[in-house]
Amino acid sequence: MRNIIDMTNDAAVRAADPQFGRDGLNIVVATNHESSLANAERVALAYGRGDAMSLPGMAIAVKDNIATLDMPTTCGSRILSGYVSPYEATAITRLRAQGAVVVAKTNMDEFAMGSSTETSAYGPTRNPVDPARSPGGSSGGSAAAVAAGITEIALGSETGGSVRQPAAFCGVVGVKPTYGRISRFGLVAFGSSLDQIGVFARSVRNAAIATYAMAGGDLNDSTCADVPVPTTPEPVEAYRGRTLDGVTIGIPTEYFPPSLDADVRARCDVAIEVLRGLGAKIVDVSLPHTELAIPVYYIIAPAEASSNLARFDGVRYGPRAADVSDLREMYQATRSRGFGAEVKRRILIGTYVLSHGYYDAYYKKAQSVRALITRDFDAVFASGVDALFTPTTPTPAFKIGAVTDPYEMYMSDIFTVTANLSGIPAISLPIGRVGGLPIGGQIMTRHFDEPRMFHVAAALEAALGGEAHA
Amino acid sequence: MAVTETDIRKIADLARLSLGDEEVPAMTAQLNSILAHMDVLTRVDTASGTEAGSDAITSAIALARDVKSAGAPLRGDAVAPFPMNATAPMLAPDSEDGFILVPRLSTHEDV
Amino acid sequence: MTDWSQKYEMVVGLEVHVQLKTRSKMFCGCSADFGAPPNVNTCPVCLALPGALPVINAEAVRLALRAAIALDFTINLQSVFARKNYFYPDLPKGYQISQYDEPIAVRGTLRVRTPGETATHDIAITRLHMEEDAGKSVHDRYPRKTAIDLNRAGVPLIEIVSEPDIRSAAEAGAYLRTLKQILEYAGVSDVSMEEGSLRVDANVSARLHGATELGTKTEVKNVNSFSAVERSLQREFERQCAMLDRGEVVRQETMIWDASRGTVRPARSKEESHDYRYFPDPDLPPLILDPDYVARLRHTLPEMPRQLRQRFATEFGLNDAELDAVTAESSLAAYFEGVARAHGDANAAAKWMMGELAAALNETGTGIRDFPVRAPQLAELLDMVRDGKLSHTAAKGVFATMRSSGKSAPVVAAEMAVTQVGDDSQIEQWIEEVFAELPAETSRFRAGEKKLTGVLVGAVMKKSKGRADPKKVNALLSKVAG
Ligand SMILES: [Mg+2]
Ligand SMILES: [Zn+2]
Repeated sequence: MRNIIDMTNDAAVRAADPQFGRDGLNIVVATNHESSLANAERVALAYGRGDAMSLPGMAIAVKDNIATLDMPTTCGSRILSGYVSPYEATAITRLRAQGAVVVAKTNMDEFAMGSSTETSAYGPTRNPVDPARSPGGSSGGSAAAVAAGITEIALGSETGGSVRQPAAFCGVVGVKPTYGRISRFGLVAFGSSLDQIGVFARSVRNAAIATYAMAGGDLNDSTCADVPVPTTPEPVEAYRGRTLDGVTIGIPTEYFPPSLDADVRARCDVAIEVLRGLGAKIVDVSLPHTELAIPVYYIIAPAEASSNLARFDGVRYGPRAADVSDLREMYQATRSRGFGAEVKRRILIGTYVLSHGYYDAYYKKAQSVRALITRDFDAVFASGVDALFTPTTPTPAFKIGAVTDPYEMYMSDIFTVTANLSGIPAISLPIGRVGGLPIGGQIMTRHFDEPRMFHVAAALEAALGGEAHA
Repeated sequence: MAVTETDIRKIADLARLSLGDEEVPAMTAQLNSILAHMDVLTRVDTASGTEAGSDAITSAIALARDVKSAGAPLRGDAVAPFPMNATAPMLAPDSEDGFILVPRLSTHEDV
Repeated sequence: MTDWSQKYEMVVGLEVHVQLKTRSKMFCGCSADFGAPPNVNTCPVCLALPGALPVINAEAVRLALRAAIALDFTINLQSVFARKNYFYPDLPKGYQISQYDEPIAVRGTLRVRTPGETATHDIAITRLHMEEDAGKSVHDRYPRKTAIDLNRAGVPLIEIVSEPDIRSAAEAGAYLRTLKQILEYAGVSDVSMEEGSLRVDANVSARLHGATELGTKTEVKNVNSFSAVERSLQREFERQCAMLDRGEVVRQETMIWDASRGTVRPARSKEESHDYRYFPDPDLPPLILDPDYVARLRHTLPEMPRQLRQRFATEFGLNDAELDAVTAESSLAAYFEGVARAHGDANAAAKWMMGELAAALNETGTGIRDFPVRAPQLAELLDMVRDGKLSHTAAKGVFATMRSSGKSAPVVAAEMAVTQVGDDSQIEQWIEEVFAELPAETSRFRAGEKKLTGVLVGAVMKKSKGRADPKKVNALLSKVAG
């Protein structure tokens, strides 16, 4: 019991350490030591009583777009400055029931719109591996929190790769579960048909435990599937040391274009050989519509976002522009001052592609192509492929401020958005370093086949051993 | 399809974002450059056998749905509001007598 | 005023919003009741707090389907909820969840008979879709500010959109009254314009008789009764005809009905460029209905007014006016049937309901559901009248006391001592007394002067304090005379 409170206290102290705050790596944007300790005491009491828990006393850091009662939820935006949610996300409630304790809210790209955590109103987060570099994004704060050792587990959210890409950049494990696997209730919406809460951890095992702790149907989210959830931790334990005999792993050629960073390619080649060595059957496959994923994503996500972000109008919560003469001016001033440049850009794109006369050409067309991308995956999995292995990102972590063209930034999601568009689960895990910078490898499986995904990932993780971080 | 500055002003107005006159040309250029990348989609044949419209829109959801073999889940008609530890007027920037207050629309019609 | 209808034809389409009778809101568990203090019936979902998501209310779907079946709609087994995007402070999410290109029901019809006409007209109804209500904006309570109450935000509605098939103000009124009646029978809504559970927007245009193209339409708003719909349509039609006749062009705009002046005027607010950017709500998978469920609903739908009317006509032999009266509302019809069956004389039941009962309901403003005298009790009262135990006049008094006391007809009649006396010997005794008091009239009567019957009956009735059965008195007097 003492141990649980001590563990929480240590994590809470780390979370509040200035080196991780605004003047340091800018990972943590809010803490509540008192509340964290109170929660730890409750967990300790319940655990002492003998309540079954998969994460007793596990300190977690939570992305700033997931509703928590005891710390603000601001989505890295001025428009939610100081906003404390009066209700809690289903995912948080479930984690707490398993004994986890929230110790920090982490920095993120504003409303999760970005791939570098540079669009945050709190300023950019720095990568603990190399503070001159970006941790990736949009869940850069959570990835960095795990990489910096503030917590063992952190929650992020994905719309187009916002967990896997920063996991790859920071050298940690990042999971995007199947769309509908974890309730979105309490996750501030960006692109509703793509959004999914994800997990960062130092190990595949912990990532699996946390994923399963949050998974399962939720009557408050109509898109959350009531699909049976594997019990933990047994299946995860079972992955250890298990070979990949009988497992077919597809290598999609489109994810290894000539332009791929040579170091990334080299580490992937090593990983593929390791997978083969574990007994997996390695086959080349094709996902022909992959190149269309970015255009499709950057129509659908902003379209949904333009509508999702309409509620931030200064009427019911959040700060409101005061020096205005009428309602219309209040809306415009509140929103124009509250949102940063990237959010405004995406709201405008989204509004445009939905507007009269353009809907069919952009939005409807994008949805049709999205169906083709999904069909690519369906065909490959139907052909007997159990899992796909790809690089997570085309390059290792880039320097803060290095990517200035919006579209170039969007391209860093090229290998990750496809899983969001088709809804399949995907995991990124460290497969080695080049020049000190972590490289991530990605494993994707069929809808709701997280067990297979964790199995392959855990086997690869174990086989790579220290190699993954070297 | 090129976006004009007039389009940008109209869209910004629809989205209740005010763009300064100096911002409009840059935003127009950025949107055009981004949307130019999207034009690749117009060349994709989606006419044959692709689910268009709402089916495709919810393709991810539809896959989850297949597992449950039904559409949107329905809830019973019980009065059971999700609990909150603050009331609406407490959250609002301006309120009185339980009402949320906003500046009146200048073109407001008394009906 | 010019009678424009000789030259021009009125073309009307109606959009009717109806609040469904559910306990909770369309997408959250908040109470849908009226009358709570402002913003009390709110939660993360209907306040549109960051992260909140909608979940469809099954009962709202059931009621929408009942309405659609009652109006002969084709049910779409798959329908889609879409987002209608616009900014308004009583619209918390910045979009309304509504159905757009895949509504729950399409192609309904409503058979309408305009008063004074014999033929019926089938009005086509384009669609019936489900949506959520907005909150309430109060503009006149605080200086320069608008007060928002979100209790109503998210309350379930159906919107019923007719084709432009309506050709006169009176027909619009008939359409609305018939629609209201059917929805009330289907039990889906309180359908009260006064309480806001039924709201009407009317699109109206004018064209030369014989023209096939539609004229430019305007939308008439702020109408809060059926008769106001009729009057506002007539005014707007006249305004448009006068313009067309002067060679002017009608502008597509929103017109506001000013009930106090009986005029329409253009809405003052500058017309927004509306672009609702509809798209399927990604938070809600398509609504997929089980065909068996829809079939079951079809079977459990109660008798609709048209069928009921037919049955009452054959079974009880009521005339049109009586049928109109007793089938106006389903509860009234059930009440009538209860009285008619228990009492046996359907015509007497209908007459009483059209006379005394209608007056009583009018006077108190209550509906039949809350009326204290229930059908079996009224039947008992009518039984007493038929059996000669109460005069019609006395029965009215008894009815009034039954309403206030809740006691049965025999008890009230006894307490009031108004029970009619049908006993021959008692009546004969009163007759003897009258003969003694009025010897002149009596002898002329006995001599065969029949016109004196009235005088003598009146005197007997007076003597009995109205309790003597006048039929009996008449009969006994004729015996004497005979
Ligand atoms: Mg409507
Ligand atoms: Zn609610």
